[in-house]
Amino acid sequence: MTVYQVMLVATVALPAAGAGALAVLPARHAKILATAVAAVTLVPIVVLAFAHHSSSSYASLSPALSPWADYDVSWVPALHLDFHLGVDGVSYPLVALTGLLTLLCCAYTMWKVPPGGSARTLLALLLVLEAGILGTFLALDLVLFFLFFEVVLLPMYAVIAGWGGEERRKAARKFVLYTLFGSVLLLLGVITVAVTAGTGNLITLTGGHGLGRNTQYAAFALFAVAFAVKAPLWPLHTWLPDAHTQAPTVGSVILAGVLLKMGTYGLIRVGVGVAPLGAHWAAPVLGILAAAAILAGALICLRQTELKRLIAYSSVGHMGFVLLGIATLTATGLQAALIGNVAHGLITGLLFFLAGAIKDRAHTGELADLGGLRETAPRLAGILGFAAIASLGLPGLAGFWGEAFAVVAAVQRGGGLWTTLAVLAAIGGALTAAYFLRLLRKVTHGPVGTPVPAGIAGAEWFAWSPLVALTLAVGLVPALVLVATDAPVLALTGAIR
Amino acid sequence: MTIDQVAILPLYAASGTAILVLLADLLVARRAVTMGALALGGIATAVCAIAVGGSRAPTFCAGGECSWVPSPIAVVTAVLFAGLTVGVLALSVPALRLGTAPAGEFCFLLASSMTGGVVIGYSGDLISLIVGLETLTLPLYVLVGLRRFAPRERISTAGASASITFFLISVISTAIALLGAALNYAATGAIHLDRLIDGYGPAASVAQVGVALLVIGFAFKVAAVPLHAWAPPTYEGAPLPIAAYLSTASKLGGVLALAAIVSRLDAAAITAALAVLTMTVGNLVALRQDRMVRLLAWSSIAQAGYVLAALALGGPGVQAAIVYAVFFMILEFVAFAAVVSLRPVAADGGDMLAYRGAGRRSPWRGAALVLAFAGLAGLPPGLAGLFAKVTVVDALIDEGWGWLAGVVALNAVIGLAYYVRAAANLYAGPPKVGIQVVDPELLEGATHPRLAVARPVAAALIVAAAAAVVLGFAPQLLFDALS
Repeated sequence: MTVYQVMLVATVALPAAGAGALAVLPARHAKILATAVAAVTLVPIVVLAFAHHSSSSYASLSPALSPWADYDVSWVPALHLDFHLGVDGVSYPLVALTGLLTLLCCAYTMWKVPPGGSARTLLALLLVLEAGILGTFLALDLVLFFLFFEVVLLPMYAVIAGWGGEERRKAARKFVLYTLFGSVLLLLGVITVAVTAGTGNLITLTGGHGLGRNTQYAAFALFAVAFAVKAPLWPLHTWLPDAHTQAPTVGSVILAGVLLKMGTYGLIRVGVGVAPLGAHWAAPVLGILAAAAILAGALICLRQTELKRLIAYSSVGHMGFVLLGIATLTATGLQAALIGNVAHGLITGLLFFLAGAIKDRAHTGELADLGGLRETAPRLAGILGFAAIASLGLPGLAGFWGEAFAVVAAVQRGGGLWTTLAVLAAIGGALTAAYFLRLLRKVTHGPVGTPVPAGIAGAEWFAWSPLVALTLAVGLVPALVLVATDAPVLALTGAIR
Repeated sequence: MTIDQVAILPLYAASGTAILVLLADLLVARRAVTMGALALGGIATAVCAIAVGGSRAPTFCAGGECSWVPSPIAVVTAVLFAGLTVGVLALSVPALRLGTAPAGEFCFLLASSMTGGVVIGYSGDLISLIVGLETLTLPLYVLVGLRRFAPRERISTAGASASITFFLISVISTAIALLGAALNYAATGAIHLDRLIDGYGPAASVAQVGVALLVIGFAFKVAAVPLHAWAPPTYEGAPLPIAAYLSTASKLGGVLALAAIVSRLDAAAITAALAVLTMTVGNLVALRQDRMVRLLAWSSIAQAGYVLAALALGGPGVQAAIVYAVFFMILEFVAFAAVVSLRPVAADGGDMLAYRGAGRRSPWRGAALVLAFAGLAGLPPGLAGLFAKVTVVDALIDEGWGWLAGVVALNAVIGLAYYVRAAANLYAGPPKVGIQVVDPELLEGATHPRLAVARPVAAALIVAAAAAVVLGFAPQLLFDALS
């Protein structure tokens, strides 16, 4: 095993082992231990960044997926299942985002444990979630991808049901049943592909090798619905607002920040990668639904009266932009989707942290009861303003690139349908600005509704400042995310023509 | 006819165990000795089955037709029968110590049942198969109703009525299966499994009816809908460990018998219909259950549906069906063992309310039950259950039965709804009482004392949970053992 292979395994194994250790060791040290594990997990993730200089042996085999480093051992040959991990330019930004957000959530939990259960269990669940999400992003075997995709289901259910708000049971059940519905469709698609092609290896499968036209159509249809539930794509999004609103702050951050990305990442890597003909066939439908999601998300947000619910619905709109980028199947569109993924993870993660902070202080999330935040808590109001403006896509901040270039990609694609979709998405973008400005007007301006203490704790600064800094950094230098995506994205879109 | 005595060692060990237990009870008359004899005998049976192996030549042959056919499946299921028997004994130890059932009779009947189970896997003809199945079931009629009451204890007739229900249904199902075997024999002249063929010529329809009756007769044993009505009341009335045995070992016998038929004769249509009905009805009715054993009973009906779905493929689906059955048996046993450990000695399964917050009070037992529920739902951390589902879906899609795979997948979603409800109940907060309580946790602690677990029960739970975890991470062990 090379250093990078050890690091790949460690990326998944460390949080999993940490969760196990938390369950066994006494509860006293749980908070420090969990945060330490989350921090140590960043080490292999950082080391993996240097792997992209190493020459890949797969470059000639499949340019669309030539991992910087990979580790492959047979696990269950009877089910075409290999333990095959690898990282490349498409997955790396999401891996880094997952590691970062989990660390921030663990640190935040050290300072404030949401009511409902013990900190130890919550932290163990967060680490299991991290292991599952990282595994999903790193898996290079189709069946293994499905396996990790399933790992996050029950822990997320437990986080919402154990530490959530008033209606947590119902929201958690809705979340778990909806997403399991998506997962079983994914299972059917994965097995269809694995049985037809005789392998689950994504490196050989990417580009649609070994699959006939009809199999690709069927597989993509299954994948698309499966990932559309997770992403979520309108009209399969109804689990999202409830889950977000009821989940504790850290649960919302992980859910919005990285869990949803499993859907969009899966669509790029598995959907478009394994069944490109199917993607080409279904692209118009996907594009129309994405545009509908953007508009529906924005219009619903304009009517929302609760802070967390508004941010939750804004995710529907933002993921709509990401899916529109994917649906165009152009290099620009896919890159827009990738950067949109990361930007949404950073900005919405920050927004949920802020919404949690405001709700904890004011004991209400109703927009009507809030107001005048800039007078009572000017710093909090300033960061909220920054996050909201980043989320509405101001140039120079992270949110801009994904949304603008999704629209550009749709225009580039040309034709009446795509131009119309581009126009609709642009209108949706304008509406996004409208509802975020409305949010700011209600919360930060106007007369003081509920007085909010001004102080911001150290743990909060620790959790928020990296997100603020990265939002700015990705906004100014989008190449941070896109530096290694040119070749895979061009190869992916090349396979379609 | 020469008989390879070594090949039938597992049977000798199993029936020897029954005789040994009977003698020990007669001569020594000490509970510990009787139970020890059964435990050792069960382990010996498993060891013999492994030692003889699955590749030994068949024996009891008349010409080319053999009645005792060692196979990998036979070995795996013999080990599983032995393990389940020892496990059920371990779960029963506290109740036997309390004297709710006579230990000697209990152990003897359990050993006889194990003997029947061992025979089913090895049997090479329909007669041994049905005799094995009956030997497996017959002692259970008694075990279901075998319950002594203390002088002042409230006497319940639930066990007796469960026993009668089970007895009547089983007798009818055996009669149907025998009729099927007879019709098929009349039409084709085949009684050995290797010689079973679909009917031809003028007697074809008679043979077809025979096959259908065989499948229906055996479907009773696995409690397939619409032949399932006996299962929930019988499980509910039986002592918990016996209910565990009914839903695992007894069901495994039915699965093996069905596999023997459908892998050689064309019964795809009827099996597929049974599968769809069984999983859908089982899952939908389980949604409405509020008693633990009823929930497990309906869920085990639904689980049998997934096995039947694999069996609908005929020969190519047998391995997947057995894999699913083995994983399911282990997880189901873990669930029952955890339930036994959470309940007072010799108590029934009780209401779901009785388990409210049990996972908070006893974290490890709660974790085992969650592992079992997650596995039965087919989700991590119950990886064994996940691989079981993947195996069945894989086999179905491989054979071009995509629609049935779709039905299996959708049923998994319905199933999760009640498993997740039952699991969440384990961690729910104390219920709100009508009056103001300063410390609800304290009140709950006082009204729900934490029960100690007897060592044998704890051992059975740990071993079964460890088996579920190990097979979850290394399912290839099972695939290798079966091929």
